[in-house]
Amino acid sequence: MSLKQSGRRLSKQSLNGFINYGIVIVAYLVVQLMISQGLMSNSLQSLLVPVCCYVVMAVSLNLVVGVSGELSLGHAGFMSLGAFSGIIVSVTLQSVIDLAPLRLFISMVVGALVGGIGGVIVGVPVLRLRGDYLAIVTLAFGEIIKNVIMVLYVGVDENGLHFATSEAGLNLTEAGTAIVKGPMGAVGVVKVSTFTAGILLVLFTLLIVQNMVHSRSGRAILALRDNRIAAESVGISVTKYKLMAFVTSAALAGAAGALFGLNYSSTLASRFDFNTSILILVFVVLGGLGNIRGSIIAAALLYILPEMLRNFDVSKYRMLIYAIILILVMLATNNPTIRNFFLQLRQQAQERKGGQAQ
Amino acid sequence: MSTQPRREPTRLVPVPNPNKIPERDVDKSPILECRHLGIDFGGLTAVKDFNMAIGRTEIAGLIGPNGAGKTTVFNLLTKVYQPTRGTILLDGMDTNSMNTVQVNKAGIARTFQNIRLFDNLTVEDNVKLGLHNHISYGMWSGIFRLPSYWREEKVAHDRAMELLSIFDMGYLAKFKAGSLPYGAQRKLEIVRALATNPSLLLLDEPAAGMNPSETAELMDNIVKIRDMFGIAILLIEHDMNLVMGICEGIAVLNFGQIIAKGTPDEIKNDPAVIEAYLGKKKEG
Ligand SMILES: Nc1ncnc2c1ncn2[C@@H]1O[C@H](COP(=O)(O)OP(=O)(O)OP(=O)(O)O)[C@@H](O)[C@H]1O
Ligand SMILES: [Mg+2]
Repeated sequence: MSLKQSGRRLSKQSLNGFINYGIVIVAYLVVQLMISQGLMSNSLQSLLVPVCCYVVMAVSLNLVVGVSGELSLGHAGFMSLGAFSGIIVSVTLQSVIDLAPLRLFISMVVGALVGGIGGVIVGVPVLRLRGDYLAIVTLAFGEIIKNVIMVLYVGVDENGLHFATSEAGLNLTEAGTAIVKGPMGAVGVVKVSTFTAGILLVLFTLLIVQNMVHSRSGRAILALRDNRIAAESVGISVTKYKLMAFVTSAALAGAAGALFGLNYSSTLASRFDFNTSILILVFVVLGGLGNIRGSIIAAALLYILPEMLRNFDVSKYRMLIYAIILILVMLATNNPTIRNFFLQLRQQAQERKGGQAQ
Repeated sequence: MSTQPRREPTRLVPVPNPNKIPERDVDKSPILECRHLGIDFGGLTAVKDFNMAIGRTEIAGLIGPNGAGKTTVFNLLTKVYQPTRGTILLDGMDTNSMNTVQVNKAGIARTFQNIRLFDNLTVEDNVKLGLHNHISYGMWSGIFRLPSYWREEKVAHDRAMELLSIFDMGYLAKFKAGSLPYGAQRKLEIVRALATNPSLLLLDEPAAGMNPSETAELMDNIVKIRDMFGIAILLIEHDMNLVMGICEGIAVLNFGQIIAKGTPDEIKNDPAVIEAYLGKKKEG
């Protein structure tokens, strides 16, 4: 009997996951159909790749904020790392690799690696501490990344990559090109991102996050969020599993950043600022903490909505309508998630004050 | 499992009160030995010169009035607090440099006076978390569902159900731990602690909030656990029927100091204990 029960539960878990894959695949097919029938405006089509990026950003941030229970205010910083490293890789490989999808793939892998390394650098010192230091440090991290990239010049020529703090400092040869030009950001990028690649990244993100949550590691991450002292008492290392969630999330954000950066001919570092981090956090909170499907839907709707409103010549009221819809969504989802969020914050605050295991 | 080689089981070590160790354990070194253990919180000395030895398969009791420092002793043993003074030897191994996680891996598991379950996880997952360090597949096996994931999750599931069956709780496996009634939550905490495969199990007021029939069942189960797993159990409890009924050795704590140690009969008739604790009759 117990075995049958387990079978049923496993199928319920994976059913939930499969529904998410299904939603994404159906959305993809519908969009493709609409495009082939000429039912989708160009401006809407231009949103397809960024929507995929923001869905990945929201789902990956949910792994930190919802599943692991740590507040991160600098998720856009990892996106930025991925975007600029992805752009640099793609431009550098342009003459070597003709195949655009392959170049995009390599750029996304590098973006993920760089994002992950950023995650380790931020996470290792901070996640050893108790308390909400992560929020402060990630906030600072996002701003620092932005400001560093704004003074960074990167160029490539036959001698390889050059880094400097001014265009002249790059010392490029005749054949060289400047990729990142300080305050002007990355310029002259060949767009290689496609909607299909975006959907594949979303599916890959879902695979990682959903399967991770329903495995040994994910169980440990959830346990730490629920009750840190109890988790330690059964031999679960706090730093290891908090770091695992954080770095995985940062790496996924890096991959999304690379996809995002390679979708435009130029990219400014200021696109990945504090406001962007907060926007992603809003997607996560509105979609429901720990609710993956909620993150997908909230990110997709809330990203497209303001842009759609822009098209309907109500530009004056665009932000107002956006705000009203935000409030409505908030009221609708209020009950379990928002309350849990504050409950959790309060519990954490109490735990920090008391710190006493009775 | 331990990082140091185990001691020769036959070697006799000096223990403060060898006569308090049950007959079957006297020729073995104690599983736990505390020497001059103490902790200060600011100016307050919560535990002072605490000496205790527990046999390998002993059921021992730690009793005393509210605020005596009993829970603090558990927190010292599990390194929630680092002792200010003294030594803790677990199976002859000094735990001074260990943290909570390492102490658990070395063999101490505990329950909490104020229940600390993973409320939003299922009963089964709570037990599987106790089994965490006995499952070895890594993050990538979990993400890509490699064969080791399926194999070890199945073993963990079977083991979890087996452990839950000790308290006949198998039918609750799919419920959220936070939704269980109080008594079941206490039992689940014991099962979760047992899942970590300890050599010493610490129970902090396991019968609190239970009715007499539940308590009687719990007593049977504590003895059953000791016999099944062959482990030592140290429990804090205000229910004197339970303590006197199943403990082979008892230590009485008052104002952070041990005022008496002995068998249940010796403790019942100890004037100092009657004066400080038993005389006032149950309040907890
Ligand atoms: N973290 C701490 N900081 C300061 N004082 C503490 C701390 N933890 C415990 N104490 C104090 O140590 C003393 C012993 O507390 P403890 O919880 O160990 O008592 P107890 O014997 O378990 O009592 P009860 O039977 O009520 O559970 C109390 O005076 C308590 O206030
Ligand atoms: Mg206590």
